[in-house]
Amino acid sequence: MTADTTVSWTTPSAVEVAMTRTFDAPRKLVFDAFTKPEHVVRWMLGPEGWTMPVCEIDLRPGGRWHMVWRRADGSEMAMTGEYQEVTPWSRTVQTESWGPRWPSTVNTTEFIADGERTTVVQTMKYPSQADRDRALETGMKDGAEVSYERLAAYLASAA
Amino acid sequence: MADDPLSITFAALADPTRRAILARLAEGAATVKELSEPFAMSGPAVSKHLRVLERAGLITRGRDAQWRPCTLDATPLREVTEWADGFRRFWDDSYRRLDAYLERMKEQEDDR
Repeated sequence: MTADTTVSWTTPSAVEVAMTRTFDAPRKLVFDAFTKPEHVVRWMLGPEGWTMPVCEIDLRPGGRWHMVWRRADGSEMAMTGEYQEVTPWSRTVQTESWGPRWPSTVNTTEFIADGERTTVVQTMKYPSQADRDRALETGMKDGAEVSYERLAAYLASAA
Repeated sequence: MADDPLSITFAALADPTRRAILARLAEGAATVKELSEPFAMSGPAVSKHLRVLERAGLITRGRDAQWRPCTLDATPLREVTEWADGFRRFWDDSYRRLDAYLERMKEQEDDR
């Protein structure tokens, strides 16, 4: 039987968004896949054609992490942050910054064992409810392309 | 308060009156007087909201000193939606790749 691979999006509090996904592998393996650079560079790549030329992870409280993605067109995107909490195979808490143009978040990743499967809950905490709501309402929830017509309708309904 | 462009956009969008003003402007340009009417607000109160929207780059205002019609500029909104859409797609694609990669990790464990 295969695991349900749907990503579910929830809002645990006014400033948080959580995504939950189940993987068909034991917890220790999944934890390693999320926290060891040699594994991370193989899958945390986003869209087809992206690569990760830089992946540094100092997995301990106070340790820094730094990842750089290179898109198919050669342009790059960087993220940095610091680990606040590391509990092997069950939980990490880290800050995440995309640079001065973006609101930085505090991300908690929990690894929950379910027999030979593992459920991963990634919770992103935004600086304010406004930041979170805008992120959610503009497309994270249904992922549909937000046209200007829909945006206008949304703005009208939210007014 | 953070002063990066995205935070400024979010802060401007956080107020329901300002969202209503943007919804009205999505239908076409309007003057301060036209914008004041549906909200039962004074001209100065509406002008205050317009200044916030203008600073966030969400509206532009005409040069005509008397009327200064307001026009919606959706560029910052596009940045917000691209950020949110891109984020969701990033994890969908990555997680699918991880499914396959975990299978390989399991095989390597078994080989040991």
